[in-house]
Amino acid sequence: MNQHFDKRRERLNLFQALFTKPKTIKITEKELDFVVCPKCNKAIESSEIKKHISVCPQCDYHFPLTAFQRIDSIFDNGSFYEVYAKATSTGLNNFPDYLNKLTRYQKETSLNEAVVVGTARLNDIKVAVAIMDSRFMMGSMGQIVGEKITRIIELAHRRKYPLIIFTASGGARMQEGIMSLMQMAKTSAALERFNQAGGFYLTVLTHPTTGGVSASFAMLGDIIIAEPQALIGFAGRRVIEKTVKEQLPDNFQTSEFLYEKGFIDQIVHRKDLRNKLYQCLLFHKESK
Amino acid sequence: MNQISAWERVTIARNPNRPKSLDIIPLLFDHFFECAGDRHYGDDKALIGGIAFFEGTPVTVLAQSKGRTLDENMKCNFGMLHPEGYRKALRLAQQAEKFKRPIITIVDTAGAYPGQMAEERGQAEAIAKNLQFFSQIKTPVITIVLSEGGSGGALALSVADRIYMFENAVYSILSPEGFASILWKDDSRVKEAAELLECTSYDLQNKGIVDWIVPESNKGFENDISYSISLIKDQIRNDLVKLNKLKLNQLLDLRYEKFRKIGSKL
Ligand SMILES: [Zn+2]
Repeated sequence: MNQHFDKRRERLNLFQALFTKPKTIKITEKELDFVVCPKCNKAIESSEIKKHISVCPQCDYHFPLTAFQRIDSIFDNGSFYEVYAKATSTGLNNFPDYLNKLTRYQKETSLNEAVVVGTARLNDIKVAVAIMDSRFMMGSMGQIVGEKITRIIELAHRRKYPLIIFTASGGARMQEGIMSLMQMAKTSAALERFNQAGGFYLTVLTHPTTGGVSASFAMLGDIIIAEPQALIGFAGRRVIEKTVKEQLPDNFQTSEFLYEKGFIDQIVHRKDLRNKLYQCLLFHKESK
Repeated sequence: MNQISAWERVTIARNPNRPKSLDIIPLLFDHFFECAGDRHYGDDKALIGGIAFFEGTPVTVLAQSKGRTLDENMKCNFGMLHPEGYRKALRLAQQAEKFKRPIITIVDTAGAYPGQMAEERGQAEAIAKNLQFFSQIKTPVITIVLSEGGSGGALALSVADRIYMFENAVYSILSPEGFASILWKDDSRVKEAAELLECTSYDLQNKGIVDWIVPESNKGFENDISYSISLIKDQIRNDLVKLNKLKLNQLLDLRYEKFRKIGSKL
C-alpha cells in the first residue's frame, strides 16, 4: 500500500513539475483515466486528449509532449533514427546526489538524457532533429545535452540536412556548474558554422524554454516557431518580481508576449505544426 | 596560491575597493574613445565600449562596468546588462571586424539584468546572438575576467581566442548564494556552495576554459595595480603577435576548437 502511494506521489510530483498551475491537477480514482485541464479545469478523458495530440479539446491548452510523442506527431511513421541514445553523464563533478538523481529520472522517463537526437523524414524530406524532453530534470542542459545537440548540428552540416530543434528546458543544468554554462557557447558556435555553410535551422519553442537554452540555440533559428502559451524567457519570473517589486503582466514571458515583442515568427497550434514545418522545409529545399 | 578557499576568493572578488573596469581601461590602453549606443534602442552604461590604442595598435575595448561610486553604480546598473548592452557590444565588434581591429573584452558582472524591460527587449536573443557572432568573428578576441563572471551574462562577452582570469576572480553559472538556496534551500551555506561551483581561476584553468591566470600582488590587487597590469600587457602583446600570425581560417578553427572540445565526450 505504501509503495502504491509513493508511486502515485511520484507521478503527481512529476505532473506538478510539468504544469504551470500545478494545484489544478487532480487525478481521479481510476488513475489517469481522466486528466483535469490546468487551463479550463475541465476533466477530460485521457483518450480524448491523446486523440488531439495532447491538446485540450475544450480550450486548446497544449499539454507537454514527451520526446517520442513529439516524434510520432511530426515525422513520417517509423522514419526516426536515433543517434547517441545511450549517452549518459558519468558524474564529471562532485555535486551531491547528482548521479542518483539522474538514475531516478532515467527510470521515470526511459530516457538517458533530456534530449533525443537523430534523423527523420517529414513527407520524405530528410532532416536532422533534436527534441528536448522537459520531464528529464526540467529538460536542463548539461554536458551530455550540449554535446548531443552539437553533434546533431554537425551531422546536419556534414549531410546538408535541414535542422529542426524542439526546445523544452528550464535552462542550464546547475548541478554541472561551469561545464553546463559552456554548452551555450559550444552549441552556438556549431550553429554559426552551420549558418555560414548555408544550412537551414528551424526552432520550435515549446513549454518551457528559459535560461541558458533560450539564451543560446533556441533563439538562433532562421525561423522561430512557438507553441501557444508556452513559457519563454531568460530570467525566472520570481527573480524578476524580486528585482522590480511590481506585478508583471499576466501574459509575461508567454509565446504570445514574445510574438508581440517581435521575437517569434509564428505561433502555431499543434494540429497545424507538421504542415507548417513541411512548408518551411519546401522553401529551403535548395539550401545547403 | 591554491590554499585560499573558493569562498575567500569570492569575498576578495567582491571587495568594493577592488579595481573596476573604469580603473584599468586607462592603465591598459591609451586615448580611449568611448562609443555609445546600440543604434536601436539606447545606451547601456553597464557595457562601456570604444576604441583605444594598445601600445600603438588600435583595438576595440568592450568592458562590463559596475562603477566605483554609488552614483556610478546606479548609472551602470551595478554591471548588470540590458539587451542594449549586449547589442552595443555586438555593434562595436562588427565594426572591429570591418577594420580588422583586435577586440579586448573585460568581464565583470553578476549576470544579465533580470527585469521586465530586459525580457521585453529580448535579453535571451541578445545574449544568444553574441555567443553566435563572437564564435566566428574574423578578428582576434581576448577576454579578461576581472572580478566576477556570472552566468550567460558573462559568457556573452567571453567567447574569445584567449581567456585571462584574475587570480582571485570567480566565474560561475550562478552565485554561491543562489546555488546554496537551490541545493539546500539555505543560502547561508555559501562556503560549501562556492567549493562545489568550481568557480576559481584555478578550477577554470584545470577545465581548459581559462588560458592564463593574471597574478595579483601579495599586497592585494588594489594596492599594487601596476604589478598585474604590466603582466597583462606583456601577455596581450605576446598573444596578439601569435594571433596575428595565424591565417584567418586557422584563427577561426582554433577558436571553434577551443569551445568545441569542452565536454566533448559522450
Ligand atoms: Zn482545457
